[in-house]
Amino acid sequence: MRKERAAPVTDLPVLLPVRSPCVPVLSLRAWHGLVLAAAVLMFAPAAGAQAGSEELSIIGVIIKWMPLLLTGFGFNLLISVLAMALGTIVGLGLGLLQLSEFRWLSRCAWALTQFFRNAPWLVLLFFAMYLIPYEFRIGEVTIPFPDWVKAVIGFALPVMANVAEIVRGAVQSISSGQWEAADSLAFTRRQTLWMIILPQCVKRMLPPWMNLYSLVTMATVLASVVGINEMLTLTAQVHNAEGGRTDLLAPLYAFALLCFFIYCYPINLWTVRLERRFNVKS
Amino acid sequence: MAAWTPDQPMVRLRDVHKSFGQSEVLKGISFEVMKGEVICIIGPSGSGKSTLIRSINALVPINSGSITVEGQEVNDPAVDKLALRRKVGMVFQQYNLFPHRTALQNIMMAPIHVLKQDRSEVEARARALIRKVRLEGKEDTYPGELSGGQQQRVAIARSLAMRPDLMLFDEVTAALDPETVKEVLVTIRELAREGMTCILVTHEMGFAREIANRIYFTDQGVIVEHGSPQEILDHPREARTKAFLEQVL
Ligand SMILES: Nc1ncnc2c1ncn2[C@@H]1O[C@H](COP(=O)(O)OP(=O)(O)O)[C@@H](O)[C@H]1O
Ligand SMILES: [Mg+2]
Repeated sequence: MRKERAAPVTDLPVLLPVRSPCVPVLSLRAWHGLVLAAAVLMFAPAAGAQAGSEELSIIGVIIKWMPLLLTGFGFNLLISVLAMALGTIVGLGLGLLQLSEFRWLSRCAWALTQFFRNAPWLVLLFFAMYLIPYEFRIGEVTIPFPDWVKAVIGFALPVMANVAEIVRGAVQSISSGQWEAADSLAFTRRQTLWMIILPQCVKRMLPPWMNLYSLVTMATVLASVVGINEMLTLTAQVHNAEGGRTDLLAPLYAFALLCFFIYCYPINLWTVRLERRFNVKS
Repeated sequence: MAAWTPDQPMVRLRDVHKSFGQSEVLKGISFEVMKGEVICIIGPSGSGKSTLIRSINALVPINSGSITVEGQEVNDPAVDKLALRRKVGMVFQQYNLFPHRTALQNIMMAPIHVLKQDRSEVEARARALIRKVRLEGKEDTYPGELSGGQQQRVAIARSLAMRPDLMLFDEVTAALDPETVKEVLVTIRELAREGMTCILVTHEMGFAREIANRIYFTDQGVIVEHGSPQEILDHPREARTKAFLEQVL
C-alpha cells in the first residue's frame, strides 16, 4: 500500500514547488496592458489624419462598433464559463475514476484523459462540431444542438482531460501518511477520499484550475474558425463593414487583445498569489 | 473458533514472513503479548520494526504466518478490518493528523463516521481526551499551528477515541524536538499505567527500561533476543545486541 502511493507522479508545473523568485520569469505585467492600450490610441490619430472626411476616425469606428464587439466578447466568456463548468464536472469524475480500485476502470479513465489531453484543441473543436448532430430526438422530443452548444462541448473536452489530470495529480500529492492514518482509523476508501483527501486537494487544485480557465477563455477565439459569432468573427465582420480599411486592421485586433488581457490578467495575478500563499503555508 | 478470553494472549504472532519484492523484511517473527502488557521493540533502522508493527493492524499484508488479535486472525483476506482496527489504535512517527480539521475534529471524526456514534457523546469524550493529553484550550486549533509534541498528543487522543484495546506506537518521538519528547512520553506512561496494552517501537532506551515488561531486539528481520529490560539492556547475550546498544547508549 505504501509503495503504490509513495511517489507523487505529476507533470503539472503548478503542483511543483513555486519557482524561485530570483529566476526571471516571462509573465504578463500590468504595463503590458498599458502598452497595448497605448498602441490602440497611437494608431488612432495618425490614421485619422490620413482618412478622408467621410470616413470615421479609428476611435470613432471602435466606439461605434463597441457594443457589438463587446457582445461578441461576452459570447466568448459565456462559452468559456459553460465549457469550464461542464469540463470540470466531467473531469472530476474522470479524475476520480483514474483512482478507482478496479483496474480496468482506472485504465480506461487514464487512456481517455491522455487522449483528450494530448489532442490539439482546434481538432477537438472540429470533432465536436462535425460529429455531434444538430439535434437529438428522444421519442417525440427534439433537442436542438446549435453550433455554440457544440462549441461548448468541444472546449469542454480538453478541459475535462486537464481537470482529470489536476485531480489525479493533487490526490497523489497528498502524503501516504494520510491514507495510512485513515486506514488505521477504519475509514473506508471512499470515506478517506471524500472526507480526508479531497478537502486537502481543493487548495492544491485551485491555482492550476484557474490557470486552465484563462487558457480556455483565450482559446474560445478558435470558435471563429467554425463560424461562431464570437469576438474574433465579429471583428473581421466589422472590418469588412468598414470597407476593409487597412488602417483599421491593427487597432481592431488590438482592441480584441485588450479585452482578453483585461479579463485574463487579473485571473493570472490571483492564481500566482494563491500559488504563493499555499506554498508558503504547506 | 473459541471466543478469546483475557487469559489468552491478546496478540500472537507466529512465524510471520514478509517480503517487499525480492527482499525479505520479516523472516519468521513470533511473539505473544498478554492483556495489559507493555512491550518495546528496539533495533537498528531498516530491521523491519515498522513493517512488523504495521502488520498487526493489517496496514501491511504479510506473506505467511499467523497474526491474531484477541483471537481474530489478521492474515486472512476476508478479515473484518473494521472490527480489527477499532480494537487496535496506531500512532505514527509523522503524526499524520488531518490538517484541514481542528484538533477536536480530528479526534471526533472516526467515532462519528466510522463507528456511527452519537455526536454529542463523542464530543464529550473528545473533550475529555483533550484534557487527558493536557491540551485544554487547543480544541479549535489546526494541526499546523501546534508543536510536534502537541500534534503527537492529539494523534494519541485521536486513536484513543476509538476505545482500542491495544495501542501501537511506531517511533512516535523520533521526529520531535528534545523538549517535547518528554510530554509525549508522559502521556504514554499514563496510558501504560492505566493498563493499556501497548506495543512500542522506540529509540528511547531509558523510557523502554522504565515502562516495558519485555524488550524485543530485532535485526535484519528476526528477533535476535528478548527479555526483561534488565536482561536486554544491562546483560545482553548476543553480540549484535551489544553492538547496537553500544551505538545508541
Ligand atoms: N512499502 C515498502 N516497499 C518496499 N520496501 C519497503 C517498504 N516498506 C519498507 N520497506 C523496506 O523494508 C525494510 C524494513 O523497513 P522498516 O520496516 O521501515 O524498518 P524500520 O522501521 O526498522 O526502520 C527496509 O529496507 C525498507 O526499505
Ligand atoms: Mg520505522
